[in-house]
Amino acid sequence: MRPAGRGELDSLYFDYPHFGPPMRDPAIDEERTRVAIVGAGPVGLVAALALAREGIASVLIERKDTFNDGSRAICIARQSYHILERIGAVGRFVDKSYGWTTGRSFYRGRQILEFRMPHGADEKFLPMYNIEQQYIEQFLWEAALESGLIDLRWQSEVSAVEENPDWVAVTVRDPSGSYRLEAEWLLAADGARSAIRTLTGLRLKGDNHEGRYVIADVQMEHDYPTVRRALFDPDSNPGRTVLIHRQPDNIWRIDYQLADGEDEKAALSEDNVRAMVGAILAEIGHDKDWALEWWSIYSANTLALDDYRRGRILFIGDSAHVVPIFGVRGLNNGMADAENAAWKLARVLRGEAGEALLDSYSPERRGATLDVFANATKSARFMTPPSDGWRLVRDAALALAVDHDFARPFANPRQMTPYSYAGSPATVAEEGGFAGGPRPGAVTANVLLCEGAWLSDRLGPGFTGLLFSPDARVAAAMGEALGRLDPRFRLLVVGAGGERALADTDGRIARTYDAAPGTCYLVRPDMHVAGRWRQGDPAEVAAALNAILWGREA
Amino acid sequence: MGMAFEGLETFYEALAVAIDKAGPAGREAMLTRLALLLAHELGDRDRALSAIAASLKAGGK
Repeated sequence: MRPAGRGELDSLYFDYPHFGPPMRDPAIDEERTRVAIVGAGPVGLVAALALAREGIASVLIERKDTFNDGSRAICIARQSYHILERIGAVGRFVDKSYGWTTGRSFYRGRQILEFRMPHGADEKFLPMYNIEQQYIEQFLWEAALESGLIDLRWQSEVSAVEENPDWVAVTVRDPSGSYRLEAEWLLAADGARSAIRTLTGLRLKGDNHEGRYVIADVQMEHDYPTVRRALFDPDSNPGRTVLIHRQPDNIWRIDYQLADGEDEKAALSEDNVRAMVGAILAEIGHDKDWALEWWSIYSANTLALDDYRRGRILFIGDSAHVVPIFGVRGLNNGMADAENAAWKLARVLRGEAGEALLDSYSPERRGATLDVFANATKSARFMTPPSDGWRLVRDAALALAVDHDFARPFANPRQMTPYSYAGSPATVAEEGGFAGGPRPGAVTANVLLCEGAWLSDRLGPGFTGLLFSPDARVAAAMGEALGRLDPRFRLLVVGAGGERALADTDGRIARTYDAAPGTCYLVRPDMHVAGRWRQGDPAEVAAALNAILWGREA
Repeated sequence: MGMAFEGLETFYEALAVAIDKAGPAGREAMLTRLALLLAHELGDRDRALSAIAASLKAGGK
């Protein structure tokens, strides 16, 4: 909502563009494409860009005529910056966003916890970045224009879906008429109220949590670093919780919890929002002007589809799952869904993998959702206790945290950590023999190679082998065997000379990976470890990759 | 001394459920019984007494 006298797109800091309908010959009522994507929000745009990275063109259908003004994600996690980097869009994000590592929790005005998210020189990106969703969409849209492989159609609404074992078709309506778009694959990125999900008769299942929040953006000159603040039981909102985040353009996000039974309509009136925000700002010592930009209401849900794939339709982002905001994993998990679906689909479309590879999409990404649910449920119980029991224990922990270290971790919001795909059919079970290093399924470890250069910069566009072998014959055999399965395969020989060498003068890479001479890691295009071997035998590693791409039976 | 956070978190969750199970009329008595049981398990008079003092202090008393 906007203050009286201002339209929905009348922002203090962002100029919404207006996109016209597609230039289309209305006489053509039947079209074909390899991949159709429904929804040009951040998740759909990331999927289209991740496919474009693989050389796959797509048609991207969007109902609206501008960027989103509904959902307002602001936190992008480190792993999502790696995704943005792989799809060639991260530069704009780094320039505009505010990175952060620190959060502070306060109880009745007293700081009880300062937490730092894991970070070190070996990480290329900070743990978290704040940026408004309008910029997220604008920057991805700019990258989509540059790619030349994305046919983005605004003002285009899907009204029907036909499913077939060999294709999927949507009926699209735009201002010039209706047409049928047939695709080999459809990615449904059309959000929490997904039309594709409704049209296919699928339903999200799960729980609605207690507690509602008003989320408000204000513009103000406010002197405070980019630190997430959580205020428990503050004078301005007694018994409840307030969250404060800094965003670019002097925009600050204020989330405040409503009282149980508080009338939603009254709480959302401009006068009441101004009064609450004013009281919160006074409490944090802001005595200068501020302007109200926008506000909305939010309640925590943990909802997901039973299966993120239905035949030739893959559900990505909020169409497949709705998660509470506290773990900041709505958009982040959506972007990971998009990349996961895209790199697998691209290999199937190029004939470099069988549908078995796509079978791993739902277990991996639904597993990530269930992991969010487990953490978010804990966070939600702490932020908005659902009953007297949970409230009493929470309040006791907060009160004790003022003087006692042991009670402080309860107030840690458990921010996003990337999910591990251990046990997925697209990873290889651990054989043992490692005392450290990234495990199969986990995001691989980054290492600072020299000033401004990281191991992640050297990973290839396909699978990457990290071979810690001094034996040039093994390296040659590995490169040949895996290159035959994945034309984009890249072999990095750690600590050796030559073309594919990765210098490791002080042994840092070997230590990080707990590697001995002969050790081999296989890293997926999404930076997760596919498998690792103490002694990497080229035939064995190739057989493992073959099984990932073509299934265990192959 | 002390319990690892994971153990404490399990206790936190079990305690919340137990308080709700005891209900508004029964939870004071339940929590008092629990405190006595824990003091007995602790087996240390001085530490048990200082826990009472700390719990009052955290409540502003």
